[in-house]
Amino acid sequence: MNKIKSLADLKKLQTEVQSKIKLREKGDHSENLIQIKVSMATCGIASGAKETMTYFIEELDHQGIDAIITQTGCMGYCYAEPTIELTIPGQQPVVYGFVTKAKAQEIIEKHVKLNEMVDGIIPVNYSSIDN
Amino acid sequence: MKDLSLHILDIVQNSIRAKATLIGIEITEHPKENNLIISVLDDGTGMSPEQLQRAIDPFYTSRTTRKVGLGLSLFKQNTEMTGGSFSIESELGKGTKVTAVFGLNHFDRPVMGDLVGTLLILICSPDAPDYVFKHQTPSGEFELDTRDIKQTLEDVPITHPDVRNFLKEMLQENLEQIQISE
Repeated sequence: MNKIKSLADLKKLQTEVQSKIKLREKGDHSENLIQIKVSMATCGIASGAKETMTYFIEELDHQGIDAIITQTGCMGYCYAEPTIELTIPGQQPVVYGFVTKAKAQEIIEKHVKLNEMVDGIIPVNYSSIDN
Repeated sequence: MKDLSLHILDIVQNSIRAKATLIGIEITEHPKENNLIISVLDDGTGMSPEQLQRAIDPFYTSRTTRKVGLGLSLFKQNTEMTGGSFSIESELGKGTKVTAVFGLNHFDRPVMGDLVGTLLILICSPDAPDYVFKHQTPSGEFELDTRDIKQTLEDVPITHPDVRNFLKEMLQENLEQIQISE
């Protein structure tokens, strides 16, 4: 039988990962990274937000794209769950509705990689002009 | 909700919104008494007696983005469908405890679902609070405290993909070891 992983094994991994992180440049500030917020309230969870979020985490890691993926509450678009908010550094956040796995894949391929928006954006209904 | 793990994910979001810093998730299986108990406790802001009374009302919510709040109501409904019970205790400034008792072998009990995936989403998230997860079955007990994990990791973030994969395997193996119910 295989030995079950314990905190001692985690310590070994910690040393490995730490040396890997040190090799990377220190310019990795969170504001320079792509941010994805997955709406994770009752409405989102019931519509499959967990699968969507897991897909984003695993797929972006698999493709080696650095991004911050976090959970957020209900954005009020319960009819369009699962919803995500995608922020490309230096640009306005964009909200996508009905983000299933297939949609998530399209968003990664087009919007995250090529910065081309895809269908399914929930428009921000009104924003005032500053000054 | 399709399964119990999604309910847990949902109820824990309440604790996060209540600004909890430590959240306990406990699952206990008693095949002899034929019940499965899920409890979620936190050290968040808690609720006043008036709020507590209305908490399970599906048309009550503290949110302003929508007018309904179904999380606790759906959870309660599912316990009652399996001949179980549901209770919430809360005190302002101290925190809240939600306890749900399900009939373990009841035909209408939702399956546990992807518990590992749920825990990973909660634990490996930026700015996540600390969690103490306990799962008890007749075959044994598994406990995971993210404070221990963070201490071991030192300055390596818990959100790192390698750490996430490690925790995924660790959770899977341990839960398999204690033979949790589906």
